[in-house]
Amino acid sequence: MNIFKRELTAAQTVKLAREDRYTARQLIDGLVTDFFELHGDRQSYDDPAIIGGIGFLDGTPVTVIAIDKGVEFAEKVQKHNGSPLPSGYRKAQRLMAQAAKFNRPIITLINTPGAYPGKEAEEMGQGQAIAESILQSMQLTVPVIAIVYGEGGSGGALALATANEVWMFEHATYSVLSPEGFAAILWKDASRSDEAAELLGLTPKDLLANEVIEKVIPDQKRFDRLASALRAELTATLTKYQALDGEALVAHRMARFSKF
Amino acid sequence: MKLFNKEHAIPQVDSKTINDKIPDGLWIECPICHNAIYRSSLTALKVCPECNYGFRLKAHDRVKLLASSFTEIDHDLALANPTFPGYAQKLEKAKALTDLHESVLTGIATIKDAKVALGVMDSSFIMGSLGSMTGEKIVRLFEVALKEKLPVILFTASGGARMQEGIKSLMQMAKVSAAVAKHAQAGLFYMTVLTDPTTGGVMASFAMQADVIIAEPHALIGFAGRRVIEQTLHEKLPADFQRAEMLQTCGFLDAIVARQDLPNVINMLVKQHGGQA
Repeated sequence: MNIFKRELTAAQTVKLAREDRYTARQLIDGLVTDFFELHGDRQSYDDPAIIGGIGFLDGTPVTVIAIDKGVEFAEKVQKHNGSPLPSGYRKAQRLMAQAAKFNRPIITLINTPGAYPGKEAEEMGQGQAIAESILQSMQLTVPVIAIVYGEGGSGGALALATANEVWMFEHATYSVLSPEGFAAILWKDASRSDEAAELLGLTPKDLLANEVIEKVIPDQKRFDRLASALRAELTATLTKYQALDGEALVAHRMARFSKF
Repeated sequence: MKLFNKEHAIPQVDSKTINDKIPDGLWIECPICHNAIYRSSLTALKVCPECNYGFRLKAHDRVKLLASSFTEIDHDLALANPTFPGYAQKLEKAKALTDLHESVLTGIATIKDAKVALGVMDSSFIMGSLGSMTGEKIVRLFEVALKEKLPVILFTASGGARMQEGIKSLMQMAKVSAAVAKHAQAGLFYMTVLTDPTTGGVMASFAMQADVIIAEPHALIGFAGRRVIEQTLHEKLPADFQRAEMLQTCGFLDAIVARQDLPNVINMLVKQHGGQA
């Protein structure tokens, strides 16, 4: 019973979600051992906003694909504060196909304000890259678990969240657009973002109630506790899904999204 | 002293009264080439005679131009309980304007002599935004096509997500993608025609997932909004940015086809992909 735990407002959750409480590398190292990063989309570029690779989760090889905002200023500029480029999504697609080939489950870690809105990004097919990521993830014959650990911004997040289950950290958000953008469109006033945040229903609690996500990962004061709890949840869930064959996994994923 | 003689002053007429005497919209300006077009010379096709830009069409008008026969499905499918403030009124207005219950019109059509499952999005229905019932109608179209082994021809026109439906709108991108995948796994043909405008979540999902993707000339096609990009980069973008011609140059469109040629081209492509003759 949480008598002393006050409930956060949606606007407060938005603020916490943007605080970069965890980095992608920190989470990856907390979840898997022997992580080996695999770079590049094999076409043009290695988008640093997406970190992908292979590691062992409790001894089982898994593919991890994470969106990273970076910490230092120069790093944040390079990673566009966690806004992937089309080449980032194409790197993810390459690693997902590879995971399916070797029958490795996929864990995605999401923290993005959205796909990068830039001139080159458009010319390199940002929309097509997201569309292809969704279509490809929908047909993966291995289990896919997506975890939103900060911001889950729109199509840029969905591209990596077409999963069998989507989980969220307690202080994370997932929405169709930012509260600022929502307020700007709705009331032509981006400063009313706090009101917009309430209306958007972007908190883990709202999303759990709407069955958009399956699980909320409670925050912990100590990172090692958070990591070990998450590891245990992931291992148990993946064991459940690995009992299903590829066809059943695809059917499960499709049914999950057909209900909306 | 009377310095200015008021009697000779030109009578001031309210500009509103003057405009009332000239009928509205005799001439319209093409938004692409800026030529003035005499409205009645546009015909039902609504194509600019100078640059072939296809003006935005209502879904029912589009179907009339395209198909020799059309049987609508799921006409009455509509959102049951719009809860968002002001959303119910917005939907009612859109319904009255378009004779649709959602932003897409779906059915079984004959284009020349090819039987197809046809979907046409309507940008005059809340900017063709992707509501949950828009997604549902498109999914059901794919299901009918799968059952009857028909190709799906989908005309997209959308500003993106339906703000009022929040995350449910985002989920439609994945929901329709699942239907696209099932249809594709059965070896059936899916083709999109991207019309002005195809942007945001529709562009970043089923518009770009087809076997063949074509567009009408000069159609606006893109993921991020122009203003968003300009604000991010602090620079002005060229006029042809995110137009069909740019997308083709960048490698994301199979072809650009003028509106008057669409029935022939669709019919031919359906046959080339093993559709019924």
